[in-house]
Amino acid sequence: MSYEDIKKPENIVYQRPALLNGNHMHYCPGCSHGVVHKLIAEIVEEMGLQDKTIGIAPVGCAVFAYNYVDIDWIEAAHGRAPAVATAVKRLNPDRMVFTYQGDGDLAAIGTGETIHAANRGENIAIIFINNGIYGMTGGQMSPTTLEGMKTSTSPYGRRIDLNGYPLPITNLLVGLDGTCYVTRQSVHTAAAVRKTKAAIKQAFKNAMEGRGTSVVEVVSTCNSGWKMTPVQANDWMVEHMFKKYPIGDLKNTVNPAPAAHAKGVETHPKQ
Amino acid sequence: MDEEIRLMKGNEAIAHAAIRYGVDGYFGYPITPQSEILETLEELMPWETTGMVVLQAESELAAINMVYGGASTGKAVMTSSSSPGVSLKQEGISYIAAGELPALIINVMRGGPGLGTIQPSQADYFQATKGGGHGDYHLIVLAPSSVQEMADFVCLGFDLAFKYRTPAMILADGIVGQMMEKVRLPKQRARRTDAEIAEQCPWAVTGRPATRKPNIMTTLELESSTMEENNRRLQATYERIRSNEVRYQEYYTDDCDYLIVAFGSIARICLKAIEEARAAGIKVGLIRPITLWPFPTEAIASMAQRVKGILTVEINAGQMVEDVRLAVNGKVPVYYYGRMGGIVPNPSEVIDALYRDFPEINPER
Repeated sequence: MSYEDIKKPENIVYQRPALLNGNHMHYCPGCSHGVVHKLIAEIVEEMGLQDKTIGIAPVGCAVFAYNYVDIDWIEAAHGRAPAVATAVKRLNPDRMVFTYQGDGDLAAIGTGETIHAANRGENIAIIFINNGIYGMTGGQMSPTTLEGMKTSTSPYGRRIDLNGYPLPITNLLVGLDGTCYVTRQSVHTAAAVRKTKAAIKQAFKNAMEGRGTSVVEVVSTCNSGWKMTPVQANDWMVEHMFKKYPIGDLKNTVNPAPAAHAKGVETHPKQ
Repeated sequence: MDEEIRLMKGNEAIAHAAIRYGVDGYFGYPITPQSEILETLEELMPWETTGMVVLQAESELAAINMVYGGASTGKAVMTSSSSPGVSLKQEGISYIAAGELPALIINVMRGGPGLGTIQPSQADYFQATKGGGHGDYHLIVLAPSSVQEMADFVCLGFDLAFKYRTPAMILADGIVGQMMEKVRLPKQRARRTDAEIAEQCPWAVTGRPATRKPNIMTTLELESSTMEENNRRLQATYERIRSNEVRYQEYYTDDCDYLIVAFGSIARICLKAIEEARAAGIKVGLIRPITLWPFPTEAIASMAQRVKGILTVEINAGQMVEDVRLAVNGKVPVYYYGRMGGIVPNPSEVIDALYRDFPEINPER
């Protein structure tokens, strides 16, 4: 097959989703954000939700998400995305509303908004990028920073006696009656990317069907903040982050998987 | 619902007026002395009739950010609180102003600082008129002095907010919120349809049809020259508001030798004092600013050309008096009288203050 043949539309097997515009991303090489952005663009296209989707961007590295995915966006104040999403969805119930938040945004300054939106069972999807660090402000400790992990505000490693324990906030959301789907995924391998895509798709579907709050945590790397190469960061994530934040479905009342029941994961049907 | 005359509290009038105006959403959090707004809305269940969304948020922070989100979609949305709660809302108010979003915020003021008291006050004048949150912005600030104005200013506030794409605030004191008066409620207006919103608010974040580029509501701009342009655009809006929207009411100013400036409920107490003073042959007039921002600077400056002195009366430690002095620019003496801590001056105290500051009119001197 010649190069010209390869370029023919009928031979295209994979391409950049049309909603992912050509803007150069400000994300560091190796960052997980770009992959998740691409998944969102793909899913919105595949579900035909271009004119129904409203994204709520956070404060943090993904503050500029609106520069890359060509849907309507609202840039929220730090931590307030779930409150913003609540009003957007209630006032526009036929829209697909999702938030995109990091661990500083969702698990520190926005803890209250996160828990209460999920507890009300707002029909929104929450995409939670957990890399255990404040990326945009230069690598400070976040609530999900692991014990012993070095950051600019825990230069000798996070100490439990000083800073408390890493906060597995997603586990807290499992116990709320308002959540219908809570899962923890990653995007460090092709297989993991496929699983994350399926999870986000399920979350968006739940939001459209009014099933309650869906939460997709994506355990991620911040190789710049972690001071590692992208490859080292992926290895470090698998070795350390996955221990504290294990991958898999934590709750699914919409499509309960037999495996989840076998493992004794408690599920809470939406009231 | 047709136009209707009812007896009710100022806070209740706000709730009724909001439904009848066709407001799309109210997001609130309980705090005295304004909780009747949320309570009345929950009791009236407007989601069953007009489709208005009413939500008790988990905090004032969440409530104001719900307003930011709702306003971003072009809907007519509002929140209400009292002084400590309005302090919590300031971050969100700054974002709403920066986003050039129409919204209505109601502050039924109580005494501060801190947790303060649940009794009435006007001590948030600075906060409301000088910014409150971070950055260079203004709110259109309306000061009602009657239950009727509580209802009327819901409609006026939204009309102005949408006309200029800027948040408006009703700055009411606890007296106006809690007292009962006769009020004429407007007839029910329909909420705007999605098509009407799309036409009136082409900037609204509604989900992107294939026919347009993405609508993005953001207040972030890292390029300084663009951020300065954004600021200049805001300032140009404020200039237009200053030119077009100053509102105030004058009483007995045709022949007055002395002028009182007062807003909100204390203006009515001052009017009583003025009537008593006039019965004793002392010619005192009143200017009641209705818009605290934009402030009726020119009206007061022109009065300063023909009166002997001015007294501002406020339920605070003297805040609006600074704007009166700026307007008067040293032409005549400007004095202040007020009470704090939730205590409201009575007419005889106002007369005593006139005698204190202008001893030449004191008949007992």
